[in-house]
Amino acid sequence: MSTVREAARMSGALRDAARSRSQVARLIRLAAPPLLVFLVVIGIWYAVTYLVLQPSRRFLLPPPHDVVRYGFMEPTTRAELWRGLLRSAHVAFLGLGVAFVIGFATAVLMSQAKWIERSLYPWAVVLQTVPILAIVPLLGFWFGFGLMSRVIVCVIIALFPIIINTLTGLLSADRRLHDLLTLHGAGRWTRLTKLQIPAALPDIFTGLRTSAGLAVIGAIVGDFFFGRGRPGLGLLLAQYSSRLKSEELLAAVLVACGFGVAVFSAFGWLGRRVVGAWDESWGATSRIEVQDEEATQGVQTDTSREGVGEPTGRGEAP
Amino acid sequence: MVDDDAVISFRDVTKGFGAIRALTSVSLEIRAGEFVAIIGPSGCGKSTLLRLASRLEHPSSGSIVRRTERIGYVFQEPTLMPWRTVRRNVELLAELEGVDRRLRRERADAVLRLVGLDEFADVLPAALSGGMKMRASLARSLLLDPELFLFDEPFGALDQITRHRLNAELMALFTQRPFAALFVTHSVEEAVYLSSRVLVMSARPGRLVDAFEVPFPYPRPNALRYEPAFATLAGRVASSLAEVA
Ligand SMILES: Nc1ncnc2c1ncn2[C@@H]1O[C@H](COP(=O)(O)OP(=O)(O)O)[C@@H](O)[C@H]1O
Ligand SMILES: [Mg+2]
Repeated sequence: MSTVREAARMSGALRDAARSRSQVARLIRLAAPPLLVFLVVIGIWYAVTYLVLQPSRRFLLPPPHDVVRYGFMEPTTRAELWRGLLRSAHVAFLGLGVAFVIGFATAVLMSQAKWIERSLYPWAVVLQTVPILAIVPLLGFWFGFGLMSRVIVCVIIALFPIIINTLTGLLSADRRLHDLLTLHGAGRWTRLTKLQIPAALPDIFTGLRTSAGLAVIGAIVGDFFFGRGRPGLGLLLAQYSSRLKSEELLAAVLVACGFGVAVFSAFGWLGRRVVGAWDESWGATSRIEVQDEEATQGVQTDTSREGVGEPTGRGEAP
Repeated sequence: MVDDDAVISFRDVTKGFGAIRALTSVSLEIRAGEFVAIIGPSGCGKSTLLRLASRLEHPSSGSIVRRTERIGYVFQEPTLMPWRTVRRNVELLAELEGVDRRLRRERADAVLRLVGLDEFADVLPAALSGGMKMRASLARSLLLDPELFLFDEPFGALDQITRHRLNAELMALFTQRPFAALFVTHSVEEAVYLSSRVLVMSARPGRLVDAFEVPFPYPRPNALRYEPAFATLAGRVASSLAEVA
């Protein structure tokens, strides 16, 4: 009896080991291709620095190890970059937050009546097409060169995707469910909270992910062009480039890129967490392993007719 | 002429959408426990008829008298909320009508058992097959114990085997606790198997052009489909339908 259980436990342990081994294998399979690309890029970088550029012009593209040495290992530069990153992150998140609140509220309003949608939509488009560089001086003129103007720049460029995606989501709610709710006494508010907003969540996350990236760009671009105030990443970029400090400049560029990628993936992760279980665009498989009797019967007759060589589970999403 | 027993009665109802005349002079009564099937070419106004019965639309002329507020409405697609578990989907309407949480849950579990989905109460709809989703959709409406059930081609998207099975299950539910039903379908066989009366509708503008009483006593076994009397009646309905289509 106990040996049987022992054996069962052992085989369980073996299975667990096998599973964790296969997970490691999976991770390697996932990480290997982008890693390879990374190595190739580094290789090209070295090649350009040492083979293409004359030594006198090497300052245009210093080698990666110098970027690491002067940009990331040097304590003053590192502190400068770190502070710049924090300030830019602060601006970007404030901007994104404000854009989300305004955008979400606007989309909800627009979803409630066709005439509101028609009144606001053109202005949302105008906002989207405003050349941000043209109004940056104006914003500085009006709101000063501090936090306020920088946040406004972020809001302006992050707002549109939030409005449009949220609105699309709110209007995508099933018409018949809408009717069914109405039929059972639901008013606008109940339909909004029980049907439209949940149905819009996948699109809301799509909008947020896009806008988060834009807010990062907004924070850096605003900073860069205001050229005054407490330096964020944008101002550091401007300073390094005007002083021809190319190692620091490249380090700042890398930090900015890393920041953008991190924000984008954080929202991707959040989206998968919140709606990934049921929304296909966020990772849900269309049909999980549950089948009822009729389906199983159907499969059995299928295989008996088609023979065993046929792959099973066709039409099923991976 | 007006039957006091009628759960719902249409009197000379006309419905137009702008220039489109969807229904003309429809008169119809459904009594408690009566299962009425409507069959007709597509676009003839069958869905409109159900929307009128549910008061989602209002007649352009004529009148509709309905004696109950407890209606169930089942669509061709299951229309479940993908973010809610099966149980929470089934609880939805009770939630809207303010049924207390514990009672709601009890009733949801009861109807889930009734349609054979009790094991799947806690999964998301994406995990269900088409037939199971339709059962969940049926359970959602059953939970409020409707007196008038409106069906808009509920099994039209399912394969034949699943469809027959769900027909039998609906038959069982109906005989356990009869309700008045208005059942739109494009299958003659389904109409004759389920209903006590089959109404044939003409192409647009929809009119009721023919009515067939279905004499077979409830509950009807699935084997009824293969009996000569069934085939004869189904044949008459089909030829009437062929004339209007
Ligand atoms: N809300 C609406 N606005 C305009 N036309 C409609 C509307 N609803 C239905 N119709 C028209 O009414 C006719 C009947 O539609 P419907 O009742 O859906 O037909 P069926 O369900 O029999 O296929 C169709 O021609 C359809 O285009
Ligand atoms: Mg229809």
